This record gives sequence, C-alpha cells and structure tokens, in this order.
Amino acid sequence: MVKSEESSRIIITVLGHDRVGIIAGIATILAEAGINILDISQTILQGFFTMVMVADMSGSSLDIARLRELLNEKGREMALQITVQHEDIFNFMHRI
Amino acid sequence: MPFSISKDEILETVNMLSTENLDIRTITMGINIMDCRNGDGAETGGRIYDKITRCAAQLVKVGDDIEKEYGIPIINKRISVTPVAMIGDGFGPEEMVAIGRCLDRAAQEVGVNFIGGFSALVHKGFTRGDLALIEAIPETLSGTERVCSSVNLATTKSGINMDAVYRMGEIIKDTARLSADRDGLGCAKLVIFCNAVEDNPFMAGAFHGVGEPETVLNIGISGPGVVLSAVRKHPDADLGELANIIKNTAFKITRTGEMVARIASRRLNVPFGIIDLSLAPTPAIGDSVADILESMGLEKVGAHGSTAALAMLNDAVKKGGAMASSYVGGLSGAFIPVSEDQGMINAVDDGALSLEKLEAMTCVCSVGLDMIAIPGDTPAAIISAIIADEAAIGMINRKTTAVRIIPAPGKGEGDWVEFGGLLGRAPVMKVNRFSPAGFINRRGRIPAPIHSLNN
Repeated sequence: MVKSEESSRIIITVLGHDRVGIIAGIATILAEAGINILDISQTILQGFFTMVMVADMSGSSLDIARLRELLNEKGREMALQITVQHEDIFNFMHRI
Repeated sequence: MPFSISKDEILETVNMLSTENLDIRTITMGINIMDCRNGDGAETGGRIYDKITRCAAQLVKVGDDIEKEYGIPIINKRISVTPVAMIGDGFGPEEMVAIGRCLDRAAQEVGVNFIGGFSALVHKGFTRGDLALIEAIPETLSGTERVCSSVNLATTKSGINMDAVYRMGEIIKDTARLSADRDGLGCAKLVIFCNAVEDNPFMAGAFHGVGEPETVLNIGISGPGVVLSAVRKHPDADLGELANIIKNTAFKITRTGEMVARIASRRLNVPFGIIDLSLAPTPAIGDSVADILESMGLEKVGAHGSTAALAMLNDAVKKGGAMASSYVGGLSGAFIPVSEDQGMINAVDDGALSLEKLEAMTCVCSVGLDMIAIPGDTPAAIISAIIADEAAIGMINRKTTAVRIIPAPGKGEGDWVEFGGLLGRAPVMKVNRFSPAGFINRRGRIPAPIHSLNN
C-alpha cells in the first residue's frame, strides 16, 4: 500500500509546440520559489514537445495552488499546456 | 522512495483530469441527528441546525483545499442526515416543514448545495412520523432551495407498501403543482426508492442510515468521460476485451477517489465510510453514459441492445471499482438520468428512447428512472403505477431502484423543461395513457418474494 500520502513531490507536465526557452522559463519559476527539480524527461516528436518533470516542494516558498497559477500563466504566455499535480495521484492511480 | 511511474502513465492521468472530466462528484458528510429531538419542530430544527453547522463547518473548506492542492475537481460538497421522519416522530406536518427550513438554512450556512435526509422509510408501513413527513414534502421541496427528500417504500425483504405507492403519486403531483413556476423543480429533489442504501452519497437520494456512525464521509466519484475515451480507443475490441478495458479504467478512477477520501477523512477527523463509484453524467458534452453506450456500437441509446450494453458496462464498472478501494458501497454502477445526460436527451428527442425502454434498462443500471419529465396532466395513478413497476424490478432483482419523475405543470409531450445547472433540461416524454387506477386503488402490501426467505 502506498504510504506517501501528502508527500512533497510534484509532477509537472508540459505539452505544446517546441520552441526556445521552455525549460528555462519553467525552471526559473521553480528556482525562484526554492523548488528543487529531481528529474526531467522530455521528448520531441515532429515538433510536438512533451515534458514530465519531478520536483520537490519541501523547501518551496509557494503553495501548490499558487505555483499552478504561476505556471498556468507562463503556459498561456508561451502557448503551452502546463499541469501541476501532486505525486500521490499517480501513485494511487497506477500502483497499489 | 524512487519515482517509478512511467511517462505514459503520467500523461494518461493528466489527460483524464484535463480533458476527460474525471472528477470527484461529491464529498458527502453523513451526520446523525437522532440526538437533536426537542420540544417542537422549531426547537428540534434549531438543534439540528446547530449540530450540522458545528460538524460540517470545515467541510467545504477542506474540499476546496484538496481540490486546489491536488488539482482534482471536487464538484459538490453535501450533507446527509438521519431520516427526518424518525427524529420528528409525533410531530405534525407543519413541524416537519419547520425542520425542513432549518435544514435549508444549515446547508446555506455551511455552503453545501444540497442536504439529503428529509426522508421516511415506509417499506412495511407508516409510523405517524412517516405520514407527517410525507404530508410535508410538497411544501418543503417547493419552499426550500437545497433540501432533498426520499421515501423508501419497498424492499426485497418486506415487499412493496402499495399504500405508500398510492400516496406518493399524489405527493409528486402536489410537489409539481407547488413548484409550477419552475417547471416542477420540487420533484427533481424527491426520490422514491426500493431497497434504498444507507450510505449513498449522491443526491437527491442521500440520507444517513440508522446503522451509520455519528458522522461519516462518503465519496461519490464519477468519470463517464474517461470510460468513453477508453472505449473509443478500442473500436475493434470484442466485448470481453472491452469489459476488461472498462474494468481497468474504473479501477483508476476509483483509486483517485480513495486518495481524496483518505485525505478528507483525516483532515476533517471524520471516519471514511465508502466510495461510491458511479458513472454519473452531467449535461457537459462528453460526460455522458449514453455516449459510452453509443460508442460501444449502438446508433442511439434506446435501440435494441441498449440493455445488454448497459448491463456489461454497469458490471465492469463495479468489478474495477471493487478492486480499487477497501470500501466500495452506495449505489456504485452507471446512472442513466435523462435531463442530466446530453446523450440521453438527444436520444429522447430523436424518438430513439422511450419510457418503456428506460424501464427495461433500469433492471441492469445502478438505480432507476431518473430525472424524467412527463406531461403535467399525467394522473397520479399512472405515476403511482410507474413507481410500482420500478419497485417491483428492485424487489425481485434484489437491487436498488428509484423513481425521480417530474410531471411538468402545463407541459405536454415534446415540450421542454429547464432546471439549469447539474439538473439540466429535458424533453417531456410520452406516457402510456391506459389507466392502472383499478390496480393502484387496491392498495395494501405486495408480499416479499419467495427468495427473501433465505434464512
């Protein structure tokens, strides 16, 4: 049974057309908030950009709702779909 | 702990939440109000108000917080209470109405959109409290905004109380008449049950059963859009494979509910009761059970084959859900309301779906005839007979069935009723006009079936 309810790790996903500065833009927001990036995986298929990022919020100055707002704003600016989810959702849904 | 979820799994989850309308449909807090009895209706109502506003003070806030933190929409926060007929036993109808008003105020104060439990359990007969409560239903539902009412008038163990069936036909007519200016909206908040469950989190039929603890948290999750998308991805799968795909999907949906249930239960310090995994459609496009049935290969829901498709869907949803949570309960399955499901609305509008076919489908769905508008001049005896048929299906098949039907005042077949919001809109359906009055007027009690004798 998953024991990590209410852990401090989050998953950020980014979908959209590839362009310069996607990771930089997101990483800047995270760095300013004191959020540590643990893992990044990205693929580009025919110009379509998909990125999944695992980050640790334990030292964050923002709560997850505020971070989501900031990243959504960034997403609108760069024409990307950015989602921020708690790690627990994925653990619950895909692992027992 | 290392992170072991694959990218595809992450994207699948993100997709469910962002485009397929996966949501927690309701967090419903059940509250025992048996200890609130006092001198008269107003005093008892006052104590009920105090208890609800104390117990559920944080309910909406915790729901909203979880929604924000986890990014999972939690659509409704609701409350169910012990059937009011029991607390108010000995009171008259006016005092029952006073209690109803207090429930409405309490719901408004804590910010929940519906409160269930203006209910009576009369499957074997009436107490004086039951009779007073039933008398009070039309005025309560037309005069309050958030109160929901239910009456259980049959069970497999006790048979069908045909006196209650007779009476409820008239009560539904009266309720429609008193809310005639809103297309009979009062009736949308009234459910007539056979084999009602005590831990159902979904409105309008939720009440806090007598076997339940002091307070309890029941979670209703939904996700017709997620199942629809999974079915659409496999147009060539045979039905065995398709059942498996639906099972897997239902499992994932239920796990989300399990997580929210645990977090909410801990934060509110209220024990977790059950997860109700029901495919509960909304009027939103793509959030439709009818669309799932049609994506299985039916041209329109209501076509022959609809019952078989629904039976498979309902069963696969339960199997997936049962594996995913320690406690699955409530109604769990697929709802087939008309006004709340755009696909069902279209099928009625196109003449593909009749009341008779819907009745057949309720033999295999999770509940019954739900949110159906019929002509306003339908006689009470016909409404009673619709209830009797549905109760018979539930009684014989050992399942919950329900009727939530709206005889829309001043409207005839082909007209539309508009309730707005989650309750949606619906075309008025054709009703068989041959009279069942002779049968309904006999009253009495239909005995429990032979298979109730299983001790």
